[in-house]
Amino acid sequence: MAKQRTHIMVCGGTGCVSSQSLEMIETLKTLIADRGYEDEVGIVKTGCFGFCGQGPIVKIHPDNVFYVQVKPENLVEIVDEHIVKGRIVNHLLYHEPTSLKQLKRHDEMHFYKKQYRIALRHCGLINPEDIFEYIAYGGYEALGTVLTDCTPEQVVANIKASGLRGRGGGGFSTGLKWELTAKSASDQKYVICNADEGDPGAFMDRSILEGDPHTIIEAMTIAGYAIGASTGIIYIRAEYPLAIHRLKVAIEQAEANGLLGDHIFGSDFCFKLQIKYGAGAFVCGEETALIHSVEGARGEPTKKPPYPAVEGYHGKPTCVNNVETFANIPPIVLKGADWFKSIGTPTSPGTKVFALAGKVNNVGLVEVPMGTTLREIIYDIGGGIVGGKAFKAVQTGGPSGGVITKTDLDTPIDYESLKAIGSMMGSGGMIVMDEDDCMVNIAKFYLEFTQDESCGKCTPCRIGTKRMYEILTKITEGEGTREDIRKLKTLGQMIKDSALCGLGQTAPNPVLSTLHYFADEYDAHIDAKHCPAGACKALSKYAIDPEKCIGCTACARVCPVQCITGQPKMRHTIDAAKCITCGACYTACKFDAVIRP
Amino acid sequence: MPIKSLEELKAIRASQMKKVKLRDHGESDDQQIEILIGMATCGIAAGSREVLNAFIDIIDTENLDHIKVIPVGCMGYCHSEPTVQVNIPGQEPILYGNIHPEDIQNIIHKHIENGELLDDHILIQTFQTIR
Ligand SMILES: Cc1cc2nc3c(=O)[nH]c(=O)nc-3n(C[C@H](O)[C@H](O)[C@H](O)COP(=O)(O)O)c2cc1C
Ligand code: SF4
Ligand code: SF4
Ligand code: SF4
Ligand code: FES
Repeated sequence: MAKQRTHIMVCGGTGCVSSQSLEMIETLKTLIADRGYEDEVGIVKTGCFGFCGQGPIVKIHPDNVFYVQVKPENLVEIVDEHIVKGRIVNHLLYHEPTSLKQLKRHDEMHFYKKQYRIALRHCGLINPEDIFEYIAYGGYEALGTVLTDCTPEQVVANIKASGLRGRGGGGFSTGLKWELTAKSASDQKYVICNADEGDPGAFMDRSILEGDPHTIIEAMTIAGYAIGASTGIIYIRAEYPLAIHRLKVAIEQAEANGLLGDHIFGSDFCFKLQIKYGAGAFVCGEETALIHSVEGARGEPTKKPPYPAVEGYHGKPTCVNNVETFANIPPIVLKGADWFKSIGTPTSPGTKVFALAGKVNNVGLVEVPMGTTLREIIYDIGGGIVGGKAFKAVQTGGPSGGVITKTDLDTPIDYESLKAIGSMMGSGGMIVMDEDDCMVNIAKFYLEFTQDESCGKCTPCRIGTKRMYEILTKITEGEGTREDIRKLKTLGQMIKDSALCGLGQTAPNPVLSTLHYFADEYDAHIDAKHCPAGACKALSKYAIDPEKCIGCTACARVCPVQCITGQPKMRHTIDAAKCITCGACYTACKFDAVIRP
Repeated sequence: MPIKSLEELKAIRASQMKKVKLRDHGESDDQQIEILIGMATCGIAAGSREVLNAFIDIIDTENLDHIKVIPVGCMGYCHSEPTVQVNIPGQEPILYGNIHPEDIQNIIHKHIENGELLDDHILIQTFQTIR
């Protein structure tokens, strides 16, 4: 058998399959066989190209030629021109909208900058347990440059000029934080890496630590030099054993190669790293609570100011940064502040990693420049909604954030814009919800989490979140009243205004935001005792299985409230809002087509 | 041996560059084939450790010394773990998803030996990375 020289790759992602890509694979196979090329040319189905709006996509490998919006009638042309004669079919190439240029190669396309990896640049590319692979990709060069050519002030100024903002949720300027810590005079200072990652929907910090641990070591050492600290602490939850293992291996290798420890790069600068384990409490991700936990005290937040930059670990100036924030440092040092500012938006330069989850086809970690729209993330990179269902909302910011609806899908995301539409960036959890997700239930899920995670120090947060959770439970069980909505709103506002730390201050957000955007869903639960999404078990009504119903009309004739409609011999449906769950239809149906709640 | 200066680091980097070239552009000075396996928590949970072991077994029993297995982190394709990337000198790297031990024979004998790509497993790199 001849070796295959060419492959026709046809997208088999959900979007392209719905525009007949599978049928096209069969046609291609016949066309290739007809011309006697079946031994040399393979036809393979691939995963989504992340370009679903232009599908179906066909790529010729190894020529790297990329055809978009291919229709069945174009296939003969692709085979006869490209495969047989080796000529590119120009009119099927992608036309870049701005320049109207035809782009042939898939890696030339501007579109692929939709995902741009800075923080995740080495994940999946290098062996995290081999320091030399990191070095091969330019690792430790930023640290070497800083120690050889820059004063600490220059490093701080550079980071400040880059406009990098904290990726742990707050979005505070990293350069400014370094400057404040650098300026606090003290005999001892500390750098802390916050790897607590408490948002239940986020796992980018874990991925970075597991895939590229040396980046964090290098960045923390640079921070140590910049602010004048000789000790760094990585605070990581004990539930991340693999990340911990890889960090330990990386620390040993860095020490063995003179890149961590005494006289780094032969200079006078010395920096040591320790790992401290957290028990996985959400509140311990808050920086003051984190510092207390590292000190061995209870993980409870304390009042700010004093900020850690002035009085942190053991009362000494401490710079706390998030894992993803650190992962951006070496590229900024090597490529410069102007390069970094050229990516993203003016107020939020750079990229953000999101953990895309929920009812979207391509769940996973995506890193996009700030200013990308939610629509691009969900419909192009994410490949759209599972099962072609209707998009309802996307939740960002985890337990501190809110929901974003269809109207705001085209908002370019950055720290400010998300806040303006009632959500927030948070650590980057992004959960996509469809018509089957109940908004009251979602709010309840987050409140269950926060009332459980509240440290209990302040009353509004400790008791208030519990009350909110109880009210939400009542509503999802059909016991809610109009008064409950008012209570949720006042309680929510009160907790926000009086809580000590960020946990309490943001805990009501999921409720307030769903109340704002989906008031009708709350109303349906309360007034009609109906869950429009059909998610709340206690409220669910009888339904008819469209596959089994033969349209005998028996159910419609017995329904006491006439809420079953349908033509004879056609599928019948139940209007769930009117159904009184009497069960008469269930008994009447001889075809097992009525589904009990 | 501690690295004492930026020059020393750059010299080490230059000697390690070979790997980078194969992974990015399929360029290489020798005939060594690389198999990268996503071994982060997500990959391992989906069975990448079994895949890694299956590769090592077959390489061992069939004496395939020209194939090297390298564990790497998460590529972000959680929907298709375990992921495996095959880098053959002179060819564009191919990324596979949903690879289980029973697919390993096909990767070695169909893809590497005969140039046939595995249907239904190919993933497309949908991102750009800074260099
Ligand atoms: C309740 C709560 C939980 C937090 N959890 C985390 C966390 O898991 N990881 C994190 O980096 N920051 C977390 N933060 C933010 C930290 O307090 C702090 O702002 C951050 O670590 C600073 O780093 P950055 O400026 O690099 O983002 C949390 C804040 C609050 C109020
Ligand atoms: S707001 Fe909540 S979590 Fe924060 S200190 Fe008060 S009780 Fe603890
Ligand atoms: S359960 Fe009763 S009210 Fe509801 S659709 Fe069936 S017959 Fe009608
Ligand atoms: S009784 Fe059953 S089969 Fe007849 S119309 Fe109603 S659901 Fe359909
Ligand atoms: S489904 Fe084909 S590009 Fe996404």
